[in-house]
Amino acid sequence: MATHAGAGVHAHTAPTGFLWKYIFSLDHKVIGIQYYFLALFSVFVGMALSLLMRFHLVWPAAKVPFIAGGIMKPEQYLALVTMHGTIMVFMVLTTAPQSGFGNYFLPIEIGAEDMAFPVLNMLSFWTTFVSLVVILAAFFVEGGAPIGGWTSYPPLSAVGDVAGPGQGAGQTLWVIGLAIFCLASLIGALNFITTTVDLRCKGMSLMRMPLTVWAWLVTAILGLLAFGVLLAACGLLLLDRLAGTSFFIPGGLVFTDTVLTSHDGGSPLLWQHLFWFFGHPEVYIAILPGMGVTSHVLSNFSRKPVFGYKAMVGAICAIGFLGFCVWGHHMFVSGMSPYSAFAFSLLTMTIGVPSAIKTFNWLGTLWGGKITFTCAMLFALGFVSLFVTGGLSGLFLAQPTLDLYFHDTFFVVAHFHFVMGVAAIFGIFAGTYFWFPKMFGRMLNEGIGKVHFWLTFVGVYCIFMPMHFLGMVGRPRRYADLTGVNFLAPLHNVEFFISIAAFITIGAQFIFLYNFIHSLGWGKKAEENPWRATTLEWTIPSPPPFDNFAGRHVQVYRGPYEFSVPGAPQDFIPQDEAPVEVHGVHNEGKT
Amino acid sequence: MRAAATEELELIETGGGGVALPPLDGGGDDGRRWPSPEVSRRAFTTGVQLGLAAIVMFFMSLTSAYIVRKGLGTDWQATEMPRVLWLNTLVLLASSATIELARRRNTAKPLTAEAREERFSRWWTATIALGILFLVGQLFAWRQLSAAGLFLRTNPSSSFFYVLTAAHGLHLAGGIFALLYVAFRNWKRSRITQETAADLAALYWHFMDGLWLFLFALLTLGR
Repeated sequence: MATHAGAGVHAHTAPTGFLWKYIFSLDHKVIGIQYYFLALFSVFVGMALSLLMRFHLVWPAAKVPFIAGGIMKPEQYLALVTMHGTIMVFMVLTTAPQSGFGNYFLPIEIGAEDMAFPVLNMLSFWTTFVSLVVILAAFFVEGGAPIGGWTSYPPLSAVGDVAGPGQGAGQTLWVIGLAIFCLASLIGALNFITTTVDLRCKGMSLMRMPLTVWAWLVTAILGLLAFGVLLAACGLLLLDRLAGTSFFIPGGLVFTDTVLTSHDGGSPLLWQHLFWFFGHPEVYIAILPGMGVTSHVLSNFSRKPVFGYKAMVGAICAIGFLGFCVWGHHMFVSGMSPYSAFAFSLLTMTIGVPSAIKTFNWLGTLWGGKITFTCAMLFALGFVSLFVTGGLSGLFLAQPTLDLYFHDTFFVVAHFHFVMGVAAIFGIFAGTYFWFPKMFGRMLNEGIGKVHFWLTFVGVYCIFMPMHFLGMVGRPRRYADLTGVNFLAPLHNVEFFISIAAFITIGAQFIFLYNFIHSLGWGKKAEENPWRATTLEWTIPSPPPFDNFAGRHVQVYRGPYEFSVPGAPQDFIPQDEAPVEVHGVHNEGKT
Repeated sequence: MRAAATEELELIETGGGGVALPPLDGGGDDGRRWPSPEVSRRAFTTGVQLGLAAIVMFFMSLTSAYIVRKGLGTDWQATEMPRVLWLNTLVLLASSATIELARRRNTAKPLTAEAREERFSRWWTATIALGILFLVGQLFAWRQLSAAGLFLRTNPSSSFFYVLTAAHGLHLAGGIFALLYVAFRNWKRSRITQETAADLAALYWHFMDGLWLFLFALLTLGR
């Protein structure tokens, strides 16, 4: 039964029509690129929203394009805050590094022909697409986009438009869109884990998997366990909004001059617990793939194996596990018992240990290496820098006493933008500069890429570093206009500086876009292995054929990062290169 | 090659193929893993088990919400469970028995292929019928509750009753769809055999059965 298998049942063959080849494709590579472009579109939308916000903070009385009525109203600002967060977190940070690069490279890096369930894979992308459309539709309904922030805390998110203009139809669309996104992510996570567990090629033991694969695997496990919780929470919130239940809505709420009598006894804190039980793992869903890419790229361009590979694997798993134990640190100001707060605080600071292991090992990988500063390498180094900067402010926020002060200030904005926002974005950029040749068969322009890197790297520090100081002074977040507030008046120049830095950094992203589009059409043709890398995606043509290995039976003989091996003819050994000495003879004897 | 194949078979029999520990050496077949039925069987099993893990998380969230919401506020009025739920529970338990009868492979006397086929379709149909009967029974319970003036929004206890039964009902309806799919799809052109599909559908079905027992216990004892 076992031997005749496989020959007859070919899972799928290359489609020919445009529709099946590029739109409803079952090929993990096409789906990966679809996810990537979805994220690319979303990131520019999200960035445009932040541009409007930064503009408004400095010139609150100026007329702004795209804003109904010209001069921005506070609720319109809040709608921008909400949609910027939602789009960036879900459609960019969750989508590009995991679903985009993961879809494209996970199967190839483990020597598989495709994901375990290609149809589910296609469904997962199109479900994500529908969710993006539903969420964006919130801009165009009566009352506009929701104003409750990306966390959508009840009761304001649960009681309908008495809570504000966007809290009617807009908020309903937001909840539905998010629920759809949960379904898409669950399907995707299931596919990723199954593929990694069951479809590894011969010789690809767990401890020979590239760290990117480890990161994608652990991220998928987090997604599988976390998104179901958000789905349940969204379901209950939707019932509160539409069916009149009181899961999250307490009694006796007063809105301007009316008392809300239709609800009673619900708990807004219940939503916070459910949301953050999802929300904290979500942070690691965004950042772990970037860590994987960083390890991969640092090793490659230092021409050295990853320092402490097993410790890196352990750290990824530890971060994933601890990520589920710390959701309470988002709720220190909710009036939780100091004992719970202490426990959450301790667990949160424990995450510093695996994070420090990772950072130490990244530096260890660089130590004494033959470093080349390609764009991918620069962005990976930028990732390390941003991760450390953002991580250190996390140690402040992990302490309940300090968090009470910082929580609703720009200090938190600075913290999460560094560690979750731009660090993850730098991971995406590192992946883009590294894998673009494989995905599209052409090289990105390195010169333009370096201009892009330096403007972005310096830019994000200029934007987010001063926000720490704003926060320390007490500048609250989510306020549309604080120009009349006396104690903040001396800080107007800082706000001005941040906004200018933001405009320049956003402008720099068009350099990237130009590079991307130009290289797609006219870039230098990429060879099979332009970076002299070791993992399996570099052993096949750029771009790869439909079934990745063109029918070749891949077998892996060694770890993923064999650089500068003493005595080897070149400074890297691909994973599928058979040992030539004693072991080779032994292997041949077996087959 | 032969050796690798037996290894593969052993792996399946000794509980590989699940989310249980994956083989450390990567399985050790000939590298072209995906199209082979063994690998597909393992992958589909893993997939279903992971799906169940996600479903557990979903229902655990609702359960914790139930416990928290009950402990808060003063508006919780215990909902008297409709008696028909006991009957429904028996129906669902019976369906777990029939699905096992349908896919039973070892019997005292050897059966011909047709006889086995016949037995499969008889008990499989019985399972589908019992599943539908259960859902009808749940609807009946809803009608009893609403006749007693207890609606989704009446009080948190009744809210949770409707939410939990509806969520379970939807998942069970998915199970019925899976049973129909197993029965009517042409498995000749599939990556897995009908037998494997039946095993996986049965796994899901038993899980839905167990989940109902849990939810029923929660709703009855945790009232």
